[in-house]
Amino acid sequence: MNEILDKIKQKYSAEDVKVQRTGLAFVTVNKDVALDAVTWLRDYEGYSHFVMMSCVDWIEDGKFQLLYLLHNPVTKTDVGVKTLINRDNPAMTSGHHLWKQVWTYQRELKEAFGIDFPGSPRVDENFVVEGWVDIPHMRRDFNTKEYSEETYFPRPGRETHDPATYMREQLYPNQPVTAKRKDNDK
Amino acid sequence: MSEKDMNYKVSQMLKRSETNVSNAKKSFVRPEDEEREVVAPDGSIMKVNPIYDYFSGKRPEEEKPKNGIVEKFLNWARAESIWVLGFGTGCGSIEIPPLVTPRFDMFRFGVQMRPTPRQSNAFIISGYLSVKTLKRVIRTYEQMPSPKYILALGSCTINGGMYYDSYSTINRLDKYIPVDVYIAGCMPRPEALLAGFMKLKELIKAGKAEKANEYARNFDEYKANQKKIIKDWNMPDYNW
Repeated sequence: MNEILDKIKQKYSAEDVKVQRTGLAFVTVNKDVALDAVTWLRDYEGYSHFVMMSCVDWIEDGKFQLLYLLHNPVTKTDVGVKTLINRDNPAMTSGHHLWKQVWTYQRELKEAFGIDFPGSPRVDENFVVEGWVDIPHMRRDFNTKEYSEETYFPRPGRETHDPATYMREQLYPNQPVTAKRKDNDK
Repeated sequence: MSEKDMNYKVSQMLKRSETNVSNAKKSFVRPEDEEREVVAPDGSIMKVNPIYDYFSGKRPEEEKPKNGIVEKFLNWARAESIWVLGFGTGCGSIEIPPLVTPRFDMFRFGVQMRPTPRQSNAFIISGYLSVKTLKRVIRTYEQMPSPKYILALGSCTINGGMYYDSYSTINRLDKYIPVDVYIAGCMPRPEALLAGFMKLKELIKAGKAEKANEYARNFDEYKANQKKIIKDWNMPDYNW
């Protein structure tokens, strides 16, 4: 495992190499060489199983973080290759030629985060929601509650209570609130 | 699969995705549903409009009740044969199979499941409805023969339940299709569902389950609400 990590460091100048536990490590590489690193891991190091691909929205830094998680069925180890891409007009080189499953993941990311993968088959088709016209719904600046209230006729009269406080008010209305209780409520 | 086959498949996929992009700009109607001219087997050219050729574009009409005792007899008969469409829309559909078992046995109340909307007159909306499913629900509901009844199961159909702030699920079902009986709970047990059927029977016998007529009466209002959230409306306005 460590040999492979050293090689990735040398070959693709990986930063932020982190061994999460035995048999699971993450590396962050530049956007331009991310797919090269993934291809190298697949073809030369035996990480032939593509586990999944996901995205994290780092809105404060203006970045999307893509993660390619690979598994080696012989050594039973996993390597996650992370890369950061720009949040404005996000686009990434398509990896559809590596595994067929990547098509679906890229289609999902296109719909949920608006990340474009030029050349990926069927990437512009609907994935889960149909006829979506707002900003991509998994971005952190999309306010789902506000959207729901504007769109779906909220029924008036909906309230939320903190269960502990509400039950105490109902059952023991005259009992003073002690300091200890106050702490517990927090 | 050989490499040649694979390449062909990929090229077809790419072509399809290109068509979809160009269509998304124009409208949501699928290429096979577009109005176009085709050559008939005898060589003549004819116009086809699949969306309106296969469905009647006629608006639903109100059916006035028959006079007095006839309507009472009909309502009694309707109440004793409630045929439910086997269409589970959300998590609540798991509560329906126990009803067909000897333990709860809904057949003793004249309730049974049917596989197609053309044969059924009751529709159980079982739990949360995403916009995508709502589109199918509307299409199915409109294909059912009148008089038809809707049972809305679970708190999600009443006020959104635990999905009240979701971007893709609706909050109030009665804004989109008329509801006869609400069965509250998350999820309601099969007993509650049976109680809902008994309530529906009471309503039918009292001549109060007239929601299909209400749908016909307020058709424009319901359609406006439906089209507000279904942005890719690519079906006829009335799917009968």
